Amino acid sequence: MKKPKPDEMEYYQQEDLLKLDWGPRKTSWMDTAVDFRPGTYIYPGKAKNLRVLDLPNPRDWAVTDDDWQLPEGWKQIVLEGMAERLSKYRSFKVFMDICVRCGACADKCHFFIGSGDPKNMPVLRAELLRSIYRKDFTALGKVFGKLAGGRELTPDVIKEWFYYFFQCTECRRCSVFCPYGIDTAEITMMGRELLGLLGLYVNWVIEPVANCYRFGNHLGIQPHGLKDTLEFMAEDIEEATGIQIDIPINKKGAEILFFTPSGDFVAAPGIYTCMAYMLLFHELGIDYTWSTYASDGGNFGLFTSHEALKRLNSKIYAEAKRLGVKWILGGECGHMWRVINQYMDTVSGPADFLEVPRSPLTGTVFEHARSTKVVHIMEFLADAIRHGKLNLDPSRNDHIRVTFHDSCNTARGMGILEEPRYVIRNACNHFYEMPENTIREQTFCCGGGAGLGTDENMEMRLRGGLPRGSAVRHVQEHHGVNQLAAMCAIDRATLVTVCDYWAPGVQVTGISELVANAMIFKGEKRRTHDLRLEPIPGMTEVGEESETVEVAANE
Amino acid sequence: MEKKEFGGKLIEIDEDGFIQDPDAWDQGVAEDLAKTEGVDAMTEEHWKVVNYLREYYLEYNMAPMIRKLCKQTGFKLKEIYDLFPSGPAKGACKVAGLPKPTGCV
Repeated sequence: MKKPKPDEMEYYQQEDLLKLDWGPRKTSWMDTAVDFRPGTYIYPGKAKNLRVLDLPNPRDWAVTDDDWQLPEGWKQIVLEGMAERLSKYRSFKVFMDICVRCGACADKCHFFIGSGDPKNMPVLRAELLRSIYRKDFTALGKVFGKLAGGRELTPDVIKEWFYYFFQCTECRRCSVFCPYGIDTAEITMMGRELLGLLGLYVNWVIEPVANCYRFGNHLGIQPHGLKDTLEFMAEDIEEATGIQIDIPINKKGAEILFFTPSGDFVAAPGIYTCMAYMLLFHELGIDYTWSTYASDGGNFGLFTSHEALKRLNSKIYAEAKRLGVKWILGGECGHMWRVINQYMDTVSGPADFLEVPRSPLTGTVFEHARSTKVVHIMEFLADAIRHGKLNLDPSRNDHIRVTFHDSCNTARGMGILEEPRYVIRNACNHFYEMPENTIREQTFCCGGGAGLGTDENMEMRLRGGLPRGSAVRHVQEHHGVNQLAAMCAIDRATLVTVCDYWAPGVQVTGISELVANAMIFKGEKRRTHDLRLEPIPGMTEVGEESETVEVAANE
Repeated sequence: MEKKEFGGKLIEIDEDGFIQDPDAWDQGVAEDLAKTEGVDAMTEEHWKVVNYLREYYLEYNMAPMIRKLCKQTGFKLKEIYDLFPSGPAKGACKVAGLPKPTGCV
């Protein structure tokens, strides 16, 4: 047996992780230095990726180095950067001033629940930045310093920011409970922008940004690679259903531009959701196209800076214009919808050259997308089901007992709560909700969003995944739930680990995959295997079940 | 970035031990990389997986879907885990000299 390493979940014993102490620490928070232990931090951004993006201070360094090679005049760079943002973003100034430290947010964070580290209380995470603000930007703090909650900006403060602003998934659960409506995600975003001014990024975020900037997607997939990938999926689709599908790529004059997170091109279980899209569009006769230029719905710029977000987002409208489509349809992604719903119109709009989205199936006009021109696949499918356009036989999914994980960004960032549930109920007969304080607006994060889903951060992912994992375990024990549906690619990647660890036996699926498996397609062959090419219980003859390609969901 | 000796050459690797320059890869490098992933000796079966990954990478500049790897090499996923205990991505791809994938994966 190979001995597990800190980047593998087998390294961690549940009883160790569950020895939790939520009480105050022996030393004051200002005097407690960060303990960079393997499994709890993310590797730094590589110099080559910073160079691609023209970002400052590209160099190779390690988090455990004493000297992080900060640029000359780093302190002034941070303070000037802070001053600029305080004047540019009114919300930042308000959030710095307004907190009364009531503590309503404290126990709402999945990382605090799962780690007990006081600096993972959203109020204290914000205080890491706020203490500098007080010292250098308020009269009281300038005079009274520490007595007024201010502190000096030192290299140790910078290290602490790096550690804790990458232990926040920007999920905004705490903000739901804040009586003042402070958006902690925005504070984390400001913290990360300021770190960026010194060339301090994590590679799990900045490499996807560099890839997307050059190749149009986070994984750096080039046009011929995307074509090969989609063609391979088409082969599997034919094997499962007997149906041959077209793969429209860069098709000028198509009615709809479709995009989805690039994780769905390569990693299970996301690939099955991608196959489902293609199958559904084929069956419904949708005139759509993939793009090899705007080939990622995701935008890790959101986890970097407003500038990076804008640079990556702009390619989508540019491509819609080039191809001459009428409107845009987006797949099952989480953070991409926060960008579309709350930033796109401002940073890349107006998209006056596009038409207000109208379903070619039902004639429904998606009024809420009048400005962005982008419709969510669940809105599109829910509307189609409502009008009887999908021929669904939910009994095909009778072996599945499914629960639904609301993704933070779609739930709290755009309020899409009913459509996915409506679609699941029409595709599955056995649907069970997790406890109410863990779903909808109060949903618990997967623990790996906002660029934290990398394996070297495994301990924090498991800790942050504890609340969600426990809720999954609850419905597993009470209702026999064996699948968890999520409409986000980060979820589909990271919740596999969370479920394997905290609720083993529960598989992760996309919603479109459930729909495609329940759907009766015109001219389909006898369906014995689902899109994973796994036998459907009750549909196979004896002896047929042995020869299947088995692909685990966690790779 | 750290440098280590693989196949008699000093090669730059990242924190997870993935080589940084794909062109520095050769059979000797692969054999030494395999040792870091719990593969003591590369057999014909190991090479079948590694060579497929390598060829795909050189053509498409990305790793193939694991499903495609299974189909093309004829190995089931479990068999690939038997060959490379750390799995296709962290094990086989690393031995084949591919970079670590990032993003929503």
